[in-house]
Amino acid sequence: MEKLLFIIFAVVAIGSALAVVTFRNPVHSAIALMTCLLQVAALFILMRSPFLAVVQVFIYVGAVMVLFLFVVLVLDIKKAIIQTFPAKSRSVVFLIFLVLAIEVELVVLLSPLKGFAVTEAVGESKVESIGKVLFTKYLFPFEVVSVLLLVAMVGAIIMTKRR
Amino acid sequence: MVPISWYIALSAILFMIGVGGVLLRRNIIIVLMSIELMLNSVNINFVAFSYFLQDLGGQIFSVFIITVTAAEVAIALGILIALVRTRRVLNVDEIDTLKG
Repeated sequence: MEKLLFIIFAVVAIGSALAVVTFRNPVHSAIALMTCLLQVAALFILMRSPFLAVVQVFIYVGAVMVLFLFVVLVLDIKKAIIQTFPAKSRSVVFLIFLVLAIEVELVVLLSPLKGFAVTEAVGESKVESIGKVLFTKYLFPFEVVSVLLLVAMVGAIIMTKRR
Repeated sequence: MVPISWYIALSAILFMIGVGGVLLRRNIIIVLMSIELMLNSVNINFVAFSYFLQDLGGQIFSVFIITVTAAEVAIALGILIALVRTRRVLNVDEIDTLKG
């Protein structure tokens, strides 16, 4: 049952990821990316981590994708569509990409982790325990990330300000 | 139960699709979306190992990655808006002011 669900989510995720890369219109790509991120959130639930699934839906699908769609709205899409298909071929880049892809997939397929799975029933990781670990063991990274967010916010405001 | 190698394979496939998007597409918005795809596939890896090793560290790192991604997107789209306002380009190949 769980394998069936995994296959459904994985197939939809890979299909929509391919759609992100191949669609000509950036709006369609954004919608496809949204689908892909929702599938990954479902996979997080399959891995018994509902907190991360909720965070994924809130931040990625909610905030980040709305930001993307807003920027696409502000920019000129017609011009973007024309520019996505240059006449010159990029066979060298494609070759490099192909070699890289085959290499990565081989490394994954030949890894010794194959039959390794959780056999006993494992409960969901509670939000409470995540919060406890986050605010004790990982307190310093948490502070660093909050400073980073502040810097990003100030930077984004300054950069988009009309001079 | 789903073996961990399935999750790693899925994450590798999504990562390679993201790499392909960055390398093969020239539209800067789609390049940014491909970077999102790559970061997200790394998250799958972290959560998979967190689940299979029963260690919360992976999930915490995923939260950090999501936070950094949000910051990165805000900055990148800010740069993009400023760029389009001054140069009127969306093609990655044409953005070469720093090339000297």
